[in-house]
Amino acid sequence: MSSCIVYAKVVEMKDTAETKTERQKWMSLLAKAPSGRISTLLDGFMDRPDFTWLRPPEIGSVMVQGRAGATGSPFNLGEMTVTRCALKLTSGTVGHAYIQGRRKTDAEAAAIVDALMQTDAANNVSEQVLQPLQDEMTKTRTKRAGKAAATKVDFFTMVRGED
Amino acid sequence: MYVAVKGGERAIENAHTWLAEERRGDTSVAELSIEQIREQLSLAVNRVMAEGSLYDPDLAALAIKQSRGDLIEAIFLIRAYRTTLPRFGSSNPVNTAEMACDRRISATFKDVPGGQLLGPTFDYTHRLLDFKLAAEGETAEAPNRDTDATAIPHVIDFLNAEGLIEEAPHDDTTPPDLTREPLEMPADRPLRLQALTRGDEGFVLSMAYSTQRGYARNHAFVGELRIGSVAVEMDIPELGFAIEIGEITLTECETVNQFKGSKSEPPQFTRGYGLVFGQTERKAISMALVDRALRWEELGEDNVGAPAQDAEFVLYHADNIQATGFLEHIKLPHYVDFQSELELVRKLRREAMADNVAEAAE
Repeated sequence: MSSCIVYAKVVEMKDTAETKTERQKWMSLLAKAPSGRISTLLDGFMDRPDFTWLRPPEIGSVMVQGRAGATGSPFNLGEMTVTRCALKLTSGTVGHAYIQGRRKTDAEAAAIVDALMQTDAANNVSEQVLQPLQDEMTKTRTKRAGKAAATKVDFFTMVRGED
Repeated sequence: MYVAVKGGERAIENAHTWLAEERRGDTSVAELSIEQIREQLSLAVNRVMAEGSLYDPDLAALAIKQSRGDLIEAIFLIRAYRTTLPRFGSSNPVNTAEMACDRRISATFKDVPGGQLLGPTFDYTHRLLDFKLAAEGETAEAPNRDTDATAIPHVIDFLNAEGLIEEAPHDDTTPPDLTREPLEMPADRPLRLQALTRGDEGFVLSMAYSTQRGYARNHAFVGELRIGSVAVEMDIPELGFAIEIGEITLTECETVNQFKGSKSEPPQFTRGYGLVFGQTERKAISMALVDRALRWEELGEDNVGAPAQDAEFVLYHADNIQATGFLEHIKLPHYVDFQSELELVRKLRREAMADNVAEAAE
C-alpha cells in the first residue's frame, strides 16, 4: 500500500531532525519537570553550590506559534507563561533556565542543575537528578499513552456469505 | 460622550464587598481551591486559556474562581493580566505531527495508520445525568493497553499520494500579531487563524454552523481531530540554540472539503484548519469550518454574500472581550449624553406640536 512508503518517509525525516546536543536535551527535560521535583532530587543528594545572579528569576510570556494546515505558514496561537533566570557559580560556570509557568524556585533549581552539568559534578547530577526525572516523565507519558491505546477502536467486519 | 461621575465611592466599595461575600456563597459549604478548579473543571479552564490567549492552567483556574464561573469575565481577567507580562520572544511553530495523542480520530478514513483513538470523550455517552456524581464516589482506573507510544503522523500525509488533497506548503514568514498591531483588513490567513483561535467559542460555533446550514456551504468532513500534548521549542538568543521550554495540550482539527475546482485549481479536496489551546474540540472543529469559509477568495470561489465569508464581519465580532466591553459600557452612567438627547426630543416635540396647531388653525 502506498501509505507505507509515505510512512517510511515521515519517520526518516523525523530521525534526521533529531540532532540535539546534550545540553539542549537536559535543559528541555528540566523545563518540563513537574513543580518542585528538581529541588527535591537536587537537595536529596547534595548541598547547593554558591552562586550569584546574572538574571534573577523573571516571569514573562512566550508567543506560541502554530502552522496553518499543520505544515504551512506560521501563525500566532497565543502566549504561555514562562520563567527564566541565569546564574553564575563561584567557579564561573553559568547556568540558564527557561521553564514553563510562573515558577521562580523551580527556575532557580533548573539553572543550578544546568550549571552543575557543565562541571565535574555532571555525572553525579545526571545520575541523581536527570535520570530519575527522565524515568518519571517517561513513566507518566507511557501510562497516558496506554490509556489512549485502550480507547483504540478495533474494527471488525461481519463476514458475508457470498465471499 | 462619557463623563466621569463622582460620588459613588461608598456604594462601589460596599458593592464589591458584597460581591466577595456572594462569590464565597454559603460558608458552611467547603471553599473551592484553585487546584480543584484546575483538575475538575478542566474544560472551563481550557476555554479560558484559549480565549484569554494565555496558556497557564493555574491562572485560568484563579480567574474562574474570581469571576464566580463567568467565563467571559475570567477571560477578561486573563487578557488584562497578559498585558502586564514582558514578552521573552516567540516559539518555533509547534510540530503537531509529534503530538502525544490522548485522542485521534478521523471521520473520513477508517483504517488510518495509528488507528482511531477515542480518548476521554463525551461522544457515545447517553447524556443522561449521572446522579452517582452527586454522591462522593471513587472513579475506576482507566484501562491500559501496551503501546510503543510513538508519534502518530497526520492522516492527510498518508492520503495525499494521489494529490487529491490540497497541500499546505512550508514557509517561514513571520506572522502578523494582532496583540501588537490592530487587526486590519484585508487579513491574511495567519492573522485570521490567530483571531479565530482566541475568538468566542459560541460565536465561532454559530458561524461554522451557518456554513453547514447552507450559508457558503463547503461540506466539511473531519479528516482528522487530535488532542494531546506537544513540546514548545524556542530559540534562546543568549544561548544560541533552541530548547524545549514546556509542553502544552492542544486540539487540532483538519477538515477535508469538497471543491469543484476553479480557474487556477483542478478539482480536489481543500482543507480548513483549527488549532486551539487545551482540550477544546468543539472550538477547533468550528475554527476549521470558518477558516475554510474565509478562504473563498484565495481558492477562487464565489462570494455568495454569506456571513461566514465576510472576514471583516467574522473577525471584528469574534472577540468576546471587545464585544462585551462595548456592549456592557452602555450600562455605565451616560447622564450627560442622555440629558442632551432629552433636550433634543423635547425640542422636536415642541416643534411638531406647534406645526400641528398651525395646521389646525389653517
